[in-house]
Amino acid sequence: MHEYSLIQALISRVEDEARRRGATRVHAIRVRLGALSGVEPDLFTSAWELARAGTGCAEAALRLERVEAVWSCPRCKKVFAPGDVLRCADCREPAALNDGADALTLDQVELEVP
Amino acid sequence: MCQTCGCGDAALVPVELHERILAENEKTARHNREHFVGAGVLAVNVMGSPGSGKTALLEATARGAAAKGWRLGAVSADLATDHDARRLAAAGIPSRSITTGQACHLDAELVHRALHDFPWREADVFFIENVGNLVCPAIYDLGQAANVAVLSVTEGEDKPLKYPVMFQAVDLVVVTKCDLVPHLDVDLAKLHDALARVMPAPRAIELSAKTGQGVDAWLAWLEEQRAPFAAAEGAPAHGHGHGHGRGHGPGGHEHG
Repeated sequence: MHEYSLIQALISRVEDEARRRGATRVHAIRVRLGALSGVEPDLFTSAWELARAGTGCAEAALRLERVEAVWSCPRCKKVFAPGDVLRCADCREPAALNDGADALTLDQVELEVP
Repeated sequence: MCQTCGCGDAALVPVELHERILAENEKTARHNREHFVGAGVLAVNVMGSPGSGKTALLEATARGAAAKGWRLGAVSADLATDHDARRLAAAGIPSRSITTGQACHLDAELVHRALHDFPWREADVFFIENVGNLVCPAIYDLGQAANVAVLSVTEGEDKPLKYPVMFQAVDLVVVTKCDLVPHLDVDLAKLHDALARVMPAPRAIELSAKTGQGVDAWLAWLEEQRAPFAAAEGAPAHGHGHGHGRGHGPGGHEHG
């Protein structure tokens, strides 16, 4: 379960940003999670709930934006159904993955600045 | 202060970051990669379930590498014990163990620390044997040139479908313990079909560390990965310089 160590890295990054900008409170953070990011959203959320107590993120809302994984042919753009063989039957091209399918990104922090 | 109505409340300031959460790890991984490439060392991250045969694969590699004139090196990760590193050392691979405690994966910093005071630069091929786990190691870049998943025939043909993130992240799958196939109900065609549904360009080698089946194909794959490094070094396999960032590593060979 690597979600906990990811959350710790996330919290310390957010705390740095809040300190740098003289914020009194972190109101919310927005994280993008791709379906192939290797992160389980439920585990990620429970690790967040456990780890944020006593940190600069104690009162912050975690907003998760999930990105589906979609494979398509880079030539004819045909979209593959889940579970398909990942090579285009017409073009013989290996499938390509959409942007964000492996995202594990801190997109935004919302800070209260006096 | 709130500028809208002058109420004196703190203002909510949205700050756009768009940063990878693993940015710190990736920075250290880039540093490791510069070291490996600069010293002409092919670094291979070996992943797979506990008991899939990662250590046995490296032992079999040691037997074949001697004939090729390659020097090997390895770091081997486990939650506890240094048994794997001892096995590798007994097989003639200079090794160091990384005990991760509770951590279920290696990260770039653990690898970086293990490289200190260890003669990794002497190696032509350097293996990073990850913690036995098909989930967490997949998303941590360590600075390797190539990722390998070890999957034994006893694990079931649908393993790749269950762990798509891992299999999608690797350059090669080594299917191990193939000497057991006649004794099992496993259908290797189904296993290859499963790989084709999670890897756009699947590449797999069927191997038995016990009988030696497939070891030549594995060594040939390593040789192929090593080619840009060997060329950068100016052919002879030994006598690596210590200069970092010599700037003639394998072009376009960034993975994950």
